[in-house]
Amino acid sequence: MSSVINISVAAIWSLLEQVTDPEVPVLSVIDLGIVRDVQLRGDDGVEVTITPTYSGCPAMDVISMQIRMLLLEQGFKEVVVKQVLSPAWTTGWMSEAGRQKLLAYGIAPPNQVQQVCRQELFAPHEAVACPQCGSYHTRLVSEFGSTACKSLYQCNDCHEPFDYFKCH
Amino acid sequence: MYQPVNTQAANLVNYLLHLGDNALILSQRNSEWCGHGPVLEQDIAITNISLDLIGQARSFYQYAASLEGGDATEDSLAYLRGERTYLNCLMNELPNGDWGQTIMRQFFFSVYQQLLYNALLQSRDETVAAIAEKSLKEVTYHVRWSSEWVIRLGDGTDESHARMEKALNMLWSYTGEFFMPAGYETAAVAEGIGADVAALQQRWMEQVAAVLQEATLPVPVAGKTWMQSGGKEGKHSEHLGFLLAEMQYLQRAYPGATW
Repeated sequence: MSSVINISVAAIWSLLEQVTDPEVPVLSVIDLGIVRDVQLRGDDGVEVTITPTYSGCPAMDVISMQIRMLLLEQGFKEVVVKQVLSPAWTTGWMSEAGRQKLLAYGIAPPNQVQQVCRQELFAPHEAVACPQCGSYHTRLVSEFGSTACKSLYQCNDCHEPFDYFKCH
Repeated sequence: MYQPVNTQAANLVNYLLHLGDNALILSQRNSEWCGHGPVLEQDIAITNISLDLIGQARSFYQYAASLEGGDATEDSLAYLRGERTYLNCLMNELPNGDWGQTIMRQFFFSVYQQLLYNALLQSRDETVAAIAEKSLKEVTYHVRWSSEWVIRLGDGTDESHARMEKALNMLWSYTGEFFMPAGYETAAVAEGIGADVAALQQRWMEQVAAVLQEATLPVPVAGKTWMQSGGKEGKHSEHLGFLLAEMQYLQRAYPGATW
């Protein structure tokens, strides 16, 4: 069905670049890969499907509200933001642009191929480059960091502590 | 327990409440460590685990509320039920004790939860399977973190070893309840929705024993301890009422308050 509002689905995807993660404001919801689908509904409706990074991520409610506000401003009357859990979000869905923005922001982006996302105990830590000096001579301080999606590392060369967007 | 006319729906609602309550009550207990953890990084770790568990509880409550209908919401299910309608296992409501006891409980529960969610991936109910799929990634971190700390502390100093052994002895008689199915669990299994918890016990025991051995802690002999039960049927220890009194205070004192 065609919409009376003159915005294409592709244009909505681009608009959603304006919605950022309140906890990592350099990343848009598109960079994060949490927008899974956009569908026009009837004459003036739109449904956006998003998936949480972690079950308890408090940013999801804010993100849902921001998406709703943005689309209402565009003239949509019926805006539905639907959350789905399956397939479960993975760091593999983060865009390359998102990785670069994270790095510039001082957070180590998820490795392209994540080496340590398994169950064994005391496994070798994932080799993560320091976002400040680029050294791989870094160590894991804690698998749990400032938000659910990050772990805490420290660089052994420049000694700077940093967050790593952890394997998920 | 919630008992509407349709018993099939009631069983599923109770099953979801049980899964949600296990997560919420342990999360509330763990959150008591916020600002009190032994070191900053582990304080953050245990509260991150709390956050994951709250998220999982929300998913189960949202689904339960949608089935229950009427005025039920995830918030009313968390804030407006009394202790007799909470269906969590007794272990999760026990006071934290020292850090060692908190770690040991998290370890016992996370290993159980990982096996449970793995089994629930096969659930015929798509929502239950999706919640399990989402949560499993989080629980994998909890299992690894708690296992490593049981080993570090058990195989640590004389003091940490003694405390872990005490925690093990204190908590062991609460582990059996995980594997004793309540009526709504048996019904959920019959429907192809739930997981057969009794069938998880042996693998749980093997995984727990391997970590305890590495931690130089004694491995309790299966079947030799009288096991506590009742929580899954709403018969709780005296501790749950105090926990709920604190958690629910605001909504009880100021019904419907929002901010």
